Amino acid sequence: MSLTHEDVKKIAHLARLNLSEKDLSFYTPQLSSILNFVDHMNQANTAQIEALAHPLDLNQRLRADQITEPDQRDAFQAIAPQVEAGLYLVPKVIETDEVEA
Amino acid sequence: MTYQTIAQLTNDLQNKKISSVELTQSFLNRIKQHDKTLNSFITVTEEEALNHAKAADTQLSKGITHPLMGIPMAQKDIFCTRGIKTTCGSKMLDNFISPYDATSVQQFKEAGLVLLGKTNMDEFAMGSSNENSFYGPVKNPWDLERVPGGSSGGSAAAVAAYLTPAATGTDTGGSIRQPAALCGVTGIKPTYGRVSRFGMIAFASSLDQGGLITRTAEDAALMLNVMAKFDEKDSTSVDQPVPDYTTTLNNPITGLRIGLPKEYFNQGLDPAIAKTIQDAVREYEKMGATIVDISLPNTELSIPAYYVIAPAECSSNLARFDGVRYGYRCKDPRDLEDLYKRSRSEGFGNEVKRRIMIGTYALSAGYYDAYYLKAQQIRCLIRNDFQEAFKKVDVILGPTSPTTAFKLGEKMSDPISMYLSDIYTIAVNLAGLPGMSIPAGFVSNLPVGMQLIGNYFEEARLLNMAHAYQKTTHWHLQTPKGF
Repeated sequence: MSLTHEDVKKIAHLARLNLSEKDLSFYTPQLSSILNFVDHMNQANTAQIEALAHPLDLNQRLRADQITEPDQRDAFQAIAPQVEAGLYLVPKVIETDEVEA
Repeated sequence: MTYQTIAQLTNDLQNKKISSVELTQSFLNRIKQHDKTLNSFITVTEEEALNHAKAADTQLSKGITHPLMGIPMAQKDIFCTRGIKTTCGSKMLDNFISPYDATSVQQFKEAGLVLLGKTNMDEFAMGSSNENSFYGPVKNPWDLERVPGGSSGGSAAAVAAYLTPAATGTDTGGSIRQPAALCGVTGIKPTYGRVSRFGMIAFASSLDQGGLITRTAEDAALMLNVMAKFDEKDSTSVDQPVPDYTTTLNNPITGLRIGLPKEYFNQGLDPAIAKTIQDAVREYEKMGATIVDISLPNTELSIPAYYVIAPAECSSNLARFDGVRYGYRCKDPRDLEDLYKRSRSEGFGNEVKRRIMIGTYALSAGYYDAYYLKAQQIRCLIRNDFQEAFKKVDVILGPTSPTTAFKLGEKMSDPISMYLSDIYTIAVNLAGLPGMSIPAGFVSNLPVGMQLIGNYFEEARLLNMAHAYQKTTHWHLQTPKGF
C-alpha cells in the first residue's frame, strides 16, 4: 500500500488536520510503511471467523432513562476557550457575502 | 521511610509511628530533589497533598480507618482530577482543568490516599518510550540516557526512584507492563472491565484498562482492593464480585501449571533476557509448579491488528478535541474549518497525528472490511489461542519486553521499530486478559521484566504468583544508583 500526497491530503482533511507540503513529505512515507506493515494481517485466513467486538462477548449495559447527572453547565463553560451568554462561541458559520440585503 | 513498601508504611501509620504529613513531606522532598533529572511528574500538588495528609492524620488519630489512609500516591496524568490540571501529556490539554474526578481518583480519595501529583506520559498514551510527551521525555532512573518505557513512563520511573510508593497507569497495548519491566518495578493491568474507565481520557476504548505500578505484588494487591470495582458510570465496567486480593497472596504454588508460549522465546528475544526468564521459571519449579510448553500461534498478527484497531478507535475518540468546548484553540481562526484544523494540528504531536490519520483511513468509505473488520477477526483468533492455552495451564509466563530499556531517541525516527517493542504485551489487550510484569533480574545493569498472564478475572492468582516469587527473590528491592 503506497499512499500519494493527494491521498494523505484527503485523509488529513477527513481528520480535520492541516498539513503543509513539508508535513506531507514527512507523513506520506511513514503512513505508507505503517499500512504495509498492517497488511501482514492478510496472511491470516479469517473466513468463517467472527469479528470480536468485546473480549467477554458482553453487550452494552442499559440503564433506566432517569436523570442522574446534576447541572454543571457553569463548570463546563468555565474551561471553554470562548463563551458568551451561556453559549460556546465559534467563528461565523453562515457565509454572508452573497446576500447583503 | 520513603524506601518502605505500602504494606510496611500502612502499619506504621496505623500504629502512629509516623504521620501522613511527615511521610507526604518526605516524598515531596524527594520529588524536589530528583525530578528535575527524571521529569516523571507533570504537576506536583504539594499544597493539596499536605492538606489531605493533615486530614488523614486526623482520621487516623480517631482510630478505625481505611487500611491505606494517609498513604501518598501519584496519578497518571490521563486520569481527570477535579481542580487540578489534567494534560494527558498533550499541548491540546495544557490548559485543561477537569471539572470532575475520574472514578479511580475518587476511589483513592475516599480511601484516604494522598495525591502527590500527576505523572508524565506519552501524549494520549500513544507510545512505548515516553518520548511523545509535550512535557519532554522521562529518564530511566537505572540509566539516565535511556527511556523508562511508555506510555506510563512517568509512573514507572517515579516508583522506581522512590518518589512515590505507588502510581496509577493505563495499559492499551502494554503501557503499564512495558515501563514496569524497563524500570524494574511491579505493574498490573487487570481484566478489561475490572477497573473503571470513567474519567480516564479515552485512547482506544475497547482496549484501554487502568491499573497500577508499585514496588511489590503485595502493594499492588492493597491498591487494587481500592481500584477494582463495578462502576455504573462506565458502560463497559463488569459487574462481578471483587475478592480481597491480599487474602490469597500466600497461597501455595504447588501444582500450579505454568505455560511457556514458544512464540515468546523466539529469535526476536534478547538471549540474555531469555536466560533470565528461564532462571525465574526454575524458581517456580522449585516451588512445585509444573511447566508446560504451549503455543500462541497468532502472536505475530497481534501488532498489525492492534495498529488498525487502536488508531481507528483513537481517530474517533480524539475527534472531540475541536477547540470549541475545552482545550487548545488556535489564534484568530478564519472560519470554523480553520478553527478545527489549526487547533488540532497545533495541539497534537506527531505520533497522535499519525495514528489519527491511520485510523481515519482504515475507517473511511470502502476500507472498513479490509482493515477494521479483518483486525477484529484476528482479535478473535488471538482470544481463541489464549482460550486453548488456558485449557492446559493456569497461568502463562514469558518476557514482558524483547529488550531492556533502549536509548533515548533510538527508535523515534522509525515508528514501526517502536511498535514492535510491544510484541509480548499487545495480544493480552486484544484478548482483554489480566497481565502483570514483575522484576526478574538484570542484564547489563538494566532491569528485566517477567510477564504473567492470567485467565479472565484471575488477578488474585497473578498477584499470588508474583508475591511467591518476590518472597524468594530480591530483584524487586534493588535501588537505582543515585536515588
